[in-house]
Amino acid sequence: MDQHKEVYREEAEELLLELENSLLELEADPDNNQLIDRIFRALHTIKGSGAMFGFDDIANFSHELENTYDHVRNSRIPVTKNLIDMSLAAKDELRIMLSADETKKQNKEDELRLKEIVESFKKLAQDEKLEETFIVSPDRESVSALQINHESDEPVTYRIRFQPDENIFIQGTRPELLLNELNRLGECSLTGLTRDIPMLGEFNPCFCYIIWDIVLTTRRNIDAVRDVFIFVEDTALISIDIIDMDIVEDSDHDYKRIGEILLEKKDITSQALHSTLKEQKRIGQILVDSSIVENENVESALKEQKHVKRIRDKHHMTTGGSSIRVAAEKLDSLVDLVGELVTLQARLNRKAAQLNDTELLSIAETAEYLTGELRESTMSIRMLPFSTTFTKFKRLVRDLCTDLGKTVVLETEGGETELDKNILEQLNDPLVHIIRNAIDHGMESGDLRTSIGKPQHGTVSLKAEHSGAHVIIRVIDDGPGLDTNAIFLKAVQKKMIAPDAELSEKEIHAFILTPGFSTAGQVSGVSGRGVGMDVVKRRIDELRGSTEIVSHKGQGTVIILKLPLTLAIIDGLLVKIEDQHFILPLSVVEECLELERKDVDLARDRNIMDFRGEILTYVSLRLTFDINENLPDFEKVVIVESNGEKIGLGVDQVIGKHQTVIKNLGKIYRDIKEVSGATILGDGTVALILDVNQIVLSAQVSGRVDL
Amino acid sequence: MSETGITEIRQYLTFRLDEEIFALDVSRVREVLDLSTITKVPGAPNFMRGVINVRGAVVPVIDLRVKFGLSMTANTMDTRIVVMELTFEGEKTVISALADSVDEVIDLDPGSIEPPPKIGTRWRTEFIKGIGKQQNRFVILLDIDRVFSTDELSLMENVDAQAVPEINTGQNVSLET
Repeated sequence: MDQHKEVYREEAEELLLELENSLLELEADPDNNQLIDRIFRALHTIKGSGAMFGFDDIANFSHELENTYDHVRNSRIPVTKNLIDMSLAAKDELRIMLSADETKKQNKEDELRLKEIVESFKKLAQDEKLEETFIVSPDRESVSALQINHESDEPVTYRIRFQPDENIFIQGTRPELLLNELNRLGECSLTGLTRDIPMLGEFNPCFCYIIWDIVLTTRRNIDAVRDVFIFVEDTALISIDIIDMDIVEDSDHDYKRIGEILLEKKDITSQALHSTLKEQKRIGQILVDSSIVENENVESALKEQKHVKRIRDKHHMTTGGSSIRVAAEKLDSLVDLVGELVTLQARLNRKAAQLNDTELLSIAETAEYLTGELRESTMSIRMLPFSTTFTKFKRLVRDLCTDLGKTVVLETEGGETELDKNILEQLNDPLVHIIRNAIDHGMESGDLRTSIGKPQHGTVSLKAEHSGAHVIIRVIDDGPGLDTNAIFLKAVQKKMIAPDAELSEKEIHAFILTPGFSTAGQVSGVSGRGVGMDVVKRRIDELRGSTEIVSHKGQGTVIILKLPLTLAIIDGLLVKIEDQHFILPLSVVEECLELERKDVDLARDRNIMDFRGEILTYVSLRLTFDINENLPDFEKVVIVESNGEKIGLGVDQVIGKHQTVIKNLGKIYRDIKEVSGATILGDGTVALILDVNQIVLSAQVSGRVDL
Repeated sequence: MSETGITEIRQYLTFRLDEEIFALDVSRVREVLDLSTITKVPGAPNFMRGVINVRGAVVPVIDLRVKFGLSMTANTMDTRIVVMELTFEGEKTVISALADSVDEVIDLDPGSIEPPPKIGTRWRTEFIKGIGKQQNRFVILLDIDRVFSTDELSLMENVDAQAVPEINTGQNVSLET
């Protein structure tokens, strides 16, 4: 049972997320019936399964909410900000209830708060009762619940019997066109019942004698189906029923038996069915034999059975094949195992190369290829689209706007960009912080904005895009931008720089990333306490990412986060200096070339090198790491890309591509910025993974290189 | 309760640095390894010798001799790496240390442990939990968490800190809300 509860919790979490998302969308688009339906459905499922698994408080509470949304659905309660506010608050309560320890009794305070919410919902329903008569037109009321329930993405199967008037041809209607139209709505099975066609002697070619049984599976609602028959509905006999409502919940069971279908269609009576059932032949055959029912009716029923089966199989294939739920820990341990395998692979390669046995070498090669593939697909399992975080941020922006009395729109872009699940999770806090900043002291009030010619509502954009082995996330606001002067003065005041220091705007802006630095005059509930951007930077650094700020006074600020796609395994280039191995992330490597000693010496002295006529900055890793013995006669240069520029890194030897399982160096080495991690090589020794950007940066700082 | 805060008989692993015998609570020791290839981490202070591979994990190696002001540990037959678990900034961390030799595991009862002398020792007293006496030998009980405390390991940071006063040393790890 506990296991079921866990499943319910997970599902409910998802439903709540969907609920929140729909609520936020509904606020922007209050007339969207589909959204209201989605909200209703989510609540309904939360309630239903909640009651089933013993979450009575959740069931009761969501019941009240569901009632309210039933009214909303029937336009008895309008969609207002108030309603959305209340619903979001209620959603938060549901979440608390869901995660609460069920053995513990709710305390008084919680109970009171819940009661309050329920009361306010009830009040809302009552307040709006008066308007009911005005808004709800009679025919809106009479539209069956079926329609609203199923104006949805879930396909619905209809059973239609269409018996046109004999004179349909004379009236100028061609039934086959209607049938074609039905066919266009979705998957359609058709049976013509021809028993009414008279013998030739009585046959009148101007009359239509055929009745059609149609089984139609469509995503459109019942109205769309009715509309097909709109010109004949007065004369023809048309019945439309929904069948197979339980396509999702109950698809393990077989569809109805032939007898049941015939019974439902009133082609036979239940007595006739039961009496024939005793005879134990194939039911359709029996029924025909005993002429209780026409052969063609049975055929039509059979067709319906087949149709439903086909739809179900399809449904199975799409839902069954598209996703399964796996505990995150299992994935993590899979990634760990793949990591071990990759390390072992390196050992195998090394041994094979040592023994120089052709057969072993070819085995090692194949195994390496497979390991690589395995690694890729394992990593891709952990990738999640960035859009999974959007709902949270939309809510955040909405709540902040309410708290601060500002109007800010959150725009999102690149939601399909995929990132490692672990990175995505750890990205949450920094992004929340950046968005808070942007809205709180980053955004002018509405009046001020109009007076300086900006649109009244502020905009914060959240954009994600791929760039090589990195994902770049930009948080862009159109607020006032950073106050460069204030930051400069603050830095001087904090004795971080001399008052006469000459710094570029970008360098000055970078100060807000240092600890304890805040220019906000007053501390607000949201931000300004001086812890924040430094923590953002630290978090991003921990993720092996980088943080950059671009800001123009009056125009806004862009915070750019550059993050690796994954934290676990990367492709690296193994290089050697003296007896030490280092890994450069292959994603930044452009090419490798060789320099002669004299060229190397020249390059070292000037820190520049000639790269096919192009002048490149040259950084000797030997110098960076203070390794001065045994200078080789030839030096290899790895051309890497750092901050959009090509840089030459001098090493002794380039060994080759290396699948690199990233291991943490531990906290005590966190001050060594040039090294971003370590990996274990085939011979069991440790190689350090280098952070190219940091190496270039520290070369600049130490004055060896001027860019 | 004695001044050292040690009240029960415990087992200690003894090892030598130079001629001095040091002891570590065995519950903190994970394993003792032969010397293997240590990968230097460029830019780190001298006493941080680098990292080694301990069954798939990358573990830092500290040279306690250098830390205590002696010459760098030489590579001899007896040189060992003591892998231990300790708490660093509130987190369990695995760190290893070089020893000239590792001797034995001994029992020490609290009665035979004296508080560290306030003056007149060549070792920094803040690293010493107490001094145990065993068969006319003195055994220095190391306070290993202290040796590897933040202040001791972040020499690099201190250099930076002169340029950036009022530095926040990691207390504000949580993002403000």
